[in-house]
Amino acid sequence: MAEKISQETVIKVSRLARLSLTSDEAEKMTSQLAGMLEHFRDIDALDLADVEPMTQPYPLKNVLREDVVAPSLDRDEVLGQAPAAESGRFRVPPTIGFDV
Amino acid sequence: MQKLVEIASNVSNGTLSASAVVEQYLAQISAREPEIHAFNLVTADQARLDAAKIDIDIKAGKEVGALAGVPIALKDNMCTRGVETTCSSKILQGWKPPYDATVVTKLRAAGAVIVGKTNLDEFAMGSSTENSAFGPTRNPHDISRVPGGSSGGSAAAVSAGFAAASLGSDTGGSIRQPAALCGVVGVKPTYGLVSRYGLVAFASSLDQIGPFTNDVRDAATLLEVISGHDPMDSTSIPQPAPSLVSVLDQGVKGMRIGRVTDLPEGCETDVLERLEAAFDALRSAGATIVDVELPSLQYCLTAYYLIAPAEASSNLARYDGVRYGNRVDAADLNAMYAATREAGFGEEVKRRIMLGTYALSAGYYDAYYGKALKVRRLISDDFARAYKDVDTILTPTSPSTAFKFGSKTENPLAMYLCDVFTIPTNLAGHPAMSVPFGVGLDSMPVGVQVLASTLGEQAMFKVAAELERAS
Repeated sequence: MAEKISQETVIKVSRLARLSLTSDEAEKMTSQLAGMLEHFRDIDALDLADVEPMTQPYPLKNVLREDVVAPSLDRDEVLGQAPAAESGRFRVPPTIGFDV
Repeated sequence: MQKLVEIASNVSNGTLSASAVVEQYLAQISAREPEIHAFNLVTADQARLDAAKIDIDIKAGKEVGALAGVPIALKDNMCTRGVETTCSSKILQGWKPPYDATVVTKLRAAGAVIVGKTNLDEFAMGSSTENSAFGPTRNPHDISRVPGGSSGGSAAAVSAGFAAASLGSDTGGSIRQPAALCGVVGVKPTYGLVSRYGLVAFASSLDQIGPFTNDVRDAATLLEVISGHDPMDSTSIPQPAPSLVSVLDQGVKGMRIGRVTDLPEGCETDVLERLEAAFDALRSAGATIVDVELPSLQYCLTAYYLIAPAEASSNLARYDGVRYGNRVDAADLNAMYAATREAGFGEEVKRRIMLGTYALSAGYYDAYYGKALKVRRLISDDFARAYKDVDTILTPTSPSTAFKFGSKTENPLAMYLCDVFTIPTNLAGHPAMSVPFGVGLDSMPVGVQVLASTLGEQAMFKVAAELERAS
């Protein structure tokens, strides 16, 4: 399995997860994640080559409903709970022209 | 403690008014809630209105449901239209869902009176309710101890007499472990038996809603009400739910009960003694105890703490400050996402999002998440082999009785170990329930866990009912 997790990796992962961890948080997180990942190495001993992954317990496939019109959520009630809404839509800060 | 079935029967036949019942429970909430903190929100006014409506319906001769006038508390991760639903997280504080969860619709249709929304570990991540953004819940048996988690508020609400029953959700033990620690019955049904429409998602291949009650009959009654196929949940099992109340008096004569010979280590001896007493009771009642091996069980913690955080990191991506919940303003969209999530999520939630994002990220996916899914298959296969020889399996619910506040908060792994006996059930998608069975050396409640195979609820409830008769 992989090498010990570094603080640099933790910061990279926090960006992927859209979390802006403080440096104290990143430091504590690095040591805690390292401890957990060390414990999780117990499964390295298993031979899993021929084992089929299990993604869900009760395999249902292609669950579709009948294509009939049914009531949906009330738009004003939904937008009424949004942090910012305008003209029947969610309002967000600028999405282009900034570093991502 | 009043039984749910007695309340419903007395309210239905007019010997008890729903209003009187709800007042009695609200009085108990007023008396003890300040020290217990089971609730994020008590909906007293609405509960009084709902109870009055039931009394009017009964006087008018209208048909009322199986839960007429029964006060029920809901874990605060189940959507209630127009009523704040927080998941005990700052990021959702103040959010009023635009719809009811299917279980809420079913409860109302059956005449239940919802008395409030109960506290939990933030987004159901934890085993003690110490991760709630709004402060911990205390164990009604000893307020210096945790009630367990994550559904600690729902367990404490029933244990303290704040509600005749409650609903919780169980992703890795979040119903059964607090039920054991608070001395009540808690059921995690088969994956897909109860609709999750309107349950705030944590780990979608593991989450399931289930009841907390004072006894096994109440649990069977409540589970029958909330079970069944729901087109709004694509993981809902499209077949009729098993009848449960009808099997409770059948006994366990001739049943084969599994004893796990290679149980993971770390269980307190007083808890193991109660488990042995449970085997003795079932043997006396005519069951056969059969040894079973579940060798992959020792890897369940690793599989679970990779799979559940991976799914959580994906599910919790929706808390982005755009459609619901709280936002921290920033100059551009990505900065707003990060500031919102940094301020809105607590420490444990961030830890699991980080762990899950890491386990799913390029270069690590195969080593962690991919392997965990294969281990999940091994655990499921172990159970399938075992259930050829037995009808149910008995294990402890929790490795210890309720522990003191703060004793595990600095060591996440120590907290995760609380779930070692409950996690395998979720990974396999099976049902399991915790039944109170005496007390430990510290006089705190001990729960015994009854496990069964997919849709094996009838066998599970037969054994649970027998244990209750023997306790």
